[in-house]
Amino acid sequence: MSARSFIAVLAVLAIVGLLVFGLASKGSSRLAVGEAAPNAPMPRLEGGGSESLADYRGRWVLVNFWASWCPPCRAETPALEEFQQRHGGPRFTVLGIDTQDLTDDALGFAEKFGVSYPLLRDGNGDVADEYGTTGVPETFLVDPAGKVRLAVPGTVDEEYLRDEVEPLLPKVRS
Amino acid sequence: MRARIAFAAVLVLAALAPTAAAGQQASLTEIEKQVMCPVCGTLLQLAESPQALREKAFIKRLIEEGRTEAQIKDALVAEYGEEVLALPPDSGFSLSAYLVPIVAFLIAAVGLALGVWRWRRAGGTKDDGAPPAAGPSGEDAERLDADLARYDL
Repeated sequence: MSARSFIAVLAVLAIVGLLVFGLASKGSSRLAVGEAAPNAPMPRLEGGGSESLADYRGRWVLVNFWASWCPPCRAETPALEEFQQRHGGPRFTVLGIDTQDLTDDALGFAEKFGVSYPLLRDGNGDVADEYGTTGVPETFLVDPAGKVRLAVPGTVDEEYLRDEVEPLLPKVRS
Repeated sequence: MRARIAFAAVLVLAALAPTAAAGQQASLTEIEKQVMCPVCGTLLQLAESPQALREKAFIKRLIEEGRTEAQIKDALVAEYGEEVLALPPDSGFSLSAYLVPIVAFLIAAVGLALGVWRWRRAGGTKDDGAPPAAGPSGEDAERLDADLARYDL
């Protein structure tokens, strides 16, 4: 093979490689059960500072992606708050991640629905991308070791929380 | 005297011009063309999703507060990250978004020019240095001579 042919083949391979990389990096899929949940730090919605899922290691965490402009999020938030009231504590918490939203709108939303569980901000949607979400709301139950145990695209309601999430949680609230 | 006054007036106007531009009212229509709807992945100008409507309302509120275009874009970046800008900033790593196409174009242009130059050079050598085509020989040559002799006027 001549030097010219070699360079041409190399150039074609580079272009094909770039295309494959572009397609592969675009099509991120939703985190599956058993996979480790991402630990990227995020700013708190209120009060300053930042937190990551790693700060909750040792607890069950119901990670809920939401936004104030999303009508289904409005529908499910009362059920999540009620679930937090009944089960929240040192062994379990709901963790809301406000994604691609305006801070003031999100704060207004949290106040309106009386949200008492911790809320973090994912303004550019990077963390939602890491989880492979395709929209809001989406919910993931993460176990104390940081592994995903449930992945729910779409809305969760009281029935789902009672039948699917509650049986996995520690029995004694402490 | 008149020339001096005119010159002074020009200087004063030149000094005031940037202040006037900086104080220009930001416009929703103009900003919508320069920022994205992060959820839809399109220009805000073309988006009508619930998130886009909230983003437009946010821009409108900042305009009413008297913020400049640059301040409003900064506020949008603080909320949604740099991805909200339709054009990446011309500093840091984002600068490569502008430089890479220019460098790629230059490399392609130089490559093309080099290719054409070599092709023309190779073609030229063939025309100038190639030996003349060999004529017929032997029987063919004799027959050709005879044919030509018949038409020799």
